[in-house]
Amino acid sequence: MEAFAIKLKEQIITHLNLEDLEPDEVGLDDPLFGEGLGLDSIDALELIVFLEKEYGIKIENPEEGKQIFESVNTIAKFIEEHKKS
Amino acid sequence: MSQDIWVTGMGTISSIGLNVEESYASLLKGETGIAPMRYLETRFKEEYPVGEVKLSNDELKHIIQPTTPIISRTILLGAIAAKEAVKSAGIHDPNEFRTGFISATSVGGMDISENVYQEYLTNGTIDDLPYMGIHDCGSSTEIIADLLGINDFVSTISTACSSSANSIMFGARLIKQGILERVIVGGTDALTRFTLNGFNSLKIVDKEQCQPFDANRRGLNLGEGAGFIVLESDALVQKTGKKPLCKLGGYGNTNDAFHQTASSPTGDGAANAMRKAMKIANVNPQDISYINVHGTGTPNNDLSEGNALMQIFGDQVPVCSSTKAFTGHTLGAAGGIEAVFSVLALQNQAVFPNMYLDTPISEHNFIPNQEFRHHEINHVLSNSLGFGGNCSALLFSKN
Amino acid sequence: MKIYIRGIGNISPQRTFDNDEFLDEVVNHEGNRLNLVAPPYKEILNPRLMRRMSKIIKMGVAAAKICLDESEIEMPDAIIIGTAMGCVKDTETFLKAYGPEESSLITPTAFIRSTHNTVGGQIALLLKCNQYNFTYVHRGFSFESAVLDGILKLKEGEGNHILVGGVDEMTDNSYLIKGHLGKLKPELQNSLDLFNTKSPGISAGEGSIFFLLSNQENEKNYAELSGLFMVYKPKSQTEIQMALQHVLKPKDLELKDIDAIIIGKNGDQDQDALYDEFLQEIQIDVPVLGYKHLCGEYETSSAFALWLAAKVIKEQNIPKSTIIKNIDKNSGMKHVLIYNHYRSVNHSFYLVSTCS
Repeated sequence: MEAFAIKLKEQIITHLNLEDLEPDEVGLDDPLFGEGLGLDSIDALELIVFLEKEYGIKIENPEEGKQIFESVNTIAKFIEEHKKS
Repeated sequence: MSQDIWVTGMGTISSIGLNVEESYASLLKGETGIAPMRYLETRFKEEYPVGEVKLSNDELKHIIQPTTPIISRTILLGAIAAKEAVKSAGIHDPNEFRTGFISATSVGGMDISENVYQEYLTNGTIDDLPYMGIHDCGSSTEIIADLLGINDFVSTISTACSSSANSIMFGARLIKQGILERVIVGGTDALTRFTLNGFNSLKIVDKEQCQPFDANRRGLNLGEGAGFIVLESDALVQKTGKKPLCKLGGYGNTNDAFHQTASSPTGDGAANAMRKAMKIANVNPQDISYINVHGTGTPNNDLSEGNALMQIFGDQVPVCSSTKAFTGHTLGAAGGIEAVFSVLALQNQAVFPNMYLDTPISEHNFIPNQEFRHHEINHVLSNSLGFGGNCSALLFSKN
Repeated sequence: MKIYIRGIGNISPQRTFDNDEFLDEVVNHEGNRLNLVAPPYKEILNPRLMRRMSKIIKMGVAAAKICLDESEIEMPDAIIIGTAMGCVKDTETFLKAYGPEESSLITPTAFIRSTHNTVGGQIALLLKCNQYNFTYVHRGFSFESAVLDGILKLKEGEGNHILVGGVDEMTDNSYLIKGHLGKLKPELQNSLDLFNTKSPGISAGEGSIFFLLSNQENEKNYAELSGLFMVYKPKSQTEIQMALQHVLKPKDLELKDIDAIIIGKNGDQDQDALYDEFLQEIQIDVPVLGYKHLCGEYETSSAFALWLAAKVIKEQNIPKSTIIKNIDKNSGMKHVLIYNHYRSVNHSFYLVSTCS
């Protein structure tokens, strides 16, 4: 699980163009939005498309994303849960 | 001689009418222009209703008789509305006085060039190369100016959804500074797959009829059209003895500087634009009789704009309504079309309904006006807010 | 009221981003494509904020920053941009993303950035500038409209420091499309040889050039912006000459008061003929300067001419690389005239004078 979360973190950094960030600077439980990494609503939409493209998981309601995208770990957990079903 | 700026003519075309008269009739009867898509060729044809002008490009060409075959829907719509405005202002010879034409658009010739460009980007071939020549925004202005015979001054503004409010503002300022004596100002935008896919990727397009200022609003409907008004200097109106429709008393543009697309929760940008317009017009908040709000129907816009109104007017928010449930969001043309509606409100001493409002927004202390009714109107504010934090307000006043 | 140019930020196909230099060394570009000589962006912009910036946003925001820094103005009273084509790269990216089949698996970032007022909006966002923010998109009048608006702002008393910029980017595709449209000069080997050719076609360029216009006297001021006039589709040389008078008359100047002329020759023999006719008509013996061999032709390139004029006035020096017709003059230059036209349609005049 942790290995997967670390891989996911790197994917997110690339996908959101966070070039200046080293993966080590982002903790798996660090908040991604608001005060944390400072991501915003546009990043949330980017992440929705990323999940669908990369993992085939669809999030219909952007509001739902708020909880899912709290941290790298919550996204990893969400993917694990939805991959099998 | 005063510095007053007079509105002496207007023209509009949108999904609720091909001219001012038809548009007013729809506003009066409460007839929405939002309907299933007919002309735009897109995968989303069945999915999204839109405010489409109910004529094909060929039918539009028949009305305007353009001199060039290389033409976009944006140009056709703009030319029809601008011609109506010039005619209604009784302008026979555009070169008699120093006259300008300032248009606004967010897509330019994209309704055609998107297909040509995409073909080029995918296959590297261009069959319809000349259409790339009218891809840019300025080309639409020049083609319309040439059709109108105006050559003293031309310019184009593109500030997303506030574009044509800003062309009206620029025109008024050019007259005040004595650079022009009269000017035709407004904007035009056609429906495109580009904007439809864009707003779709932002997840703010409503699959049903939009419901501005409703607590359960889901998003906007896209629309298309054009709206232009004619502005003249006080000196010119005195000289020609023309009877103006109303006065453009004030205008304000500010930047929210909050986020590239979203409005600030407090609506500071919109509030400051309205304050500025009232200051220039020398009008107090309690004198405002009607506000044609931007009211797109997106969760973010309507909440923020309503908060801006409460910031200025407290618990005395004037009669207000969004007319976007009629026309859809016509993007760069919205400010021009809604300027025409604002003049109509003054002319007819009437306010228009904010249609499809069932449940008011709980955070707001006011409910937009829900039916067409006559009402004493002296000063009208018209708001236009856009991407890039762009906020504009225009203030129209009775003669 | 006098309107001054207080500071400049110029990112162009030359090393102009360093305001201490004045075309000390010129960059020759191969062929007919003049790409930007980019400044070290990471030293100018916060890297964290750069992640959502495409090329045009970077060049726009960086040039604005260089200009504000030189002017020692933190918060302008208005931000006014001229950009004929807007964010071309982002527009292409988004066109490609949804494609003819309109995939729903697309993200909004390129769409958001494709809006024409993105550069103006981003500058406002970075500065937290809540003031007036306009973007003009009218071909060869885009930058002129922005400057005119800036002049109006100062005359209206709506502020003292107005940030005005002309920004247009070239992409691989927009360059190729220009080629298809037959606008490029195919035989050009070296961009600096532009004026030695006698054939149709131009060389293509790009740039982001900002000015801080101010109504206040200041020892930093480059020059006075003493006139601007635009003419749309003039029918004759007479109409062009009348436009020239619109620039000179309000300042009580005559042709003999002009000390140097900058013209917008772009290498296309038909379009350049208009400049020759103009020079023939005015018959004054002063240095004639060209600039499009340095920055290429593009809609807002007159901003490069305005930079050149302001620099010439401030430094009282004409760089050798700009001289088309040489008359020895390296002092006592009071008034520099700019005459530019874009595709013979959008003609503009600027007058730039010494501050006192």
